[in-house]
Amino acid sequence: MRRLFPLLLVLLAPGAGAAGLVDRLHGNLPVLDEPAPPPLTNPDNSDVRRVRNYAMQPPIIPHKIEGYQLDKSANRCMLCHARTRTGESQAPMISVTHFMDRDGNFLAELSPRRYFCVQCHVPQVPVAPLVDNRFIDVDTMLQGAGMGGAVRK
Amino acid sequence: MIGLAKRYWQVLRRPSVHYSLGFLTVGGFIAGLVFWGAFNTALEMTNTEPFCIGCHEMHDNVYRELQGTIHFTNRSGVRAKCSDCHVPHAWTAKIARKMQASKEVWGKIFGSIDTRDKFEAARPHLAMNEWRRLKANDSLECRNCHKFDYMDFTRQSPRAVRAHSTSLARGERTCIDCHAGIAHHLPDLAEVRRLAPEHGGDKALPAIVSGSGVEPEPPDQERRTP
Repeated sequence: MRRLFPLLLVLLAPGAGAAGLVDRLHGNLPVLDEPAPPPLTNPDNSDVRRVRNYAMQPPIIPHKIEGYQLDKSANRCMLCHARTRTGESQAPMISVTHFMDRDGNFLAELSPRRYFCVQCHVPQVPVAPLVDNRFIDVDTMLQGAGMGGAVRK
Repeated sequence: MIGLAKRYWQVLRRPSVHYSLGFLTVGGFIAGLVFWGAFNTALEMTNTEPFCIGCHEMHDNVYRELQGTIHFTNRSGVRAKCSDCHVPHAWTAKIARKMQASKEVWGKIFGSIDTRDKFEAARPHLAMNEWRRLKANDSLECRNCHKFDYMDFTRQSPRAVRAHSTSLARGERTCIDCHAGIAHHLPDLAEVRRLAPEHGGDKALPAIVSGSGVEPEPPDQERRTP
């Protein structure tokens, strides 16, 4: 019986508890219902830099990266953002941290641990967030405007 | 041997005994039509997608990669098939390319890229062949559909306008210089740079691979970034 208990828990739990559960990430629906996916939209392709929400935030990608190859053969991002390419491309150069290995030594080029750009940098699409975001940046907070958890649009 | 050739030559140069001149002329004309039609039909057949991807080499590597790119699946349903980009449309150039393709038949028979590993090892070489061809003919196969004169810069992104209105417009760059690797995966670029000298150097390398990419922004143009 003791061995069977976890199994019973797994079998019974969805039926017993899930019906009332609502998951907002899931589209404000009971978890067992399948939401209709929102239509796909085109990503921002304006090439205009956006303000970062905090100093350490990896900057977002203000252009389309659809079909960009990012594997061991080629890194499409680096064809413009590498140090040697920025003169021609006028793209922002990858920051100095990208040349450092984990011990803080500077390498000649992009550090392998920073190779996969989209681990941190992402393009943006104009869609409503799935959940409310109450984040306020530090300047807003220091000004006192955001005290009390004001929702930042 | 020479005697045999002589006998055939005598048969050929003797006037016909049994057939009228009209029959031979009209018959020859019709036979010519049939031959020409069959030749062209067969030639066009080798330009079809099922023919190209009949080989597993093409089907499992380059065709897989093409799926998902804008030239295969897109909102308007216009598709570029293999021959649209890899076979010239003009007759003479097409025949020249088809003769070069006998090398590919050789490769197929002797299995030069019949595994994924062999294909990947050959990819820098194969890519440089195509890059060199497209650079030499000013990206003719791109321009069969994408006409520079009909491009509406106001409908392009700022970066696209910058590149298209400067170096492309002046003819210093051609499509493949920036749009390399849009239909198939790029080869190992480090390997490509190492092998480039024996494949024609910069003639085989798109500018974006060799290191001189798009045109710098004109200094008088105000940057829109904060």
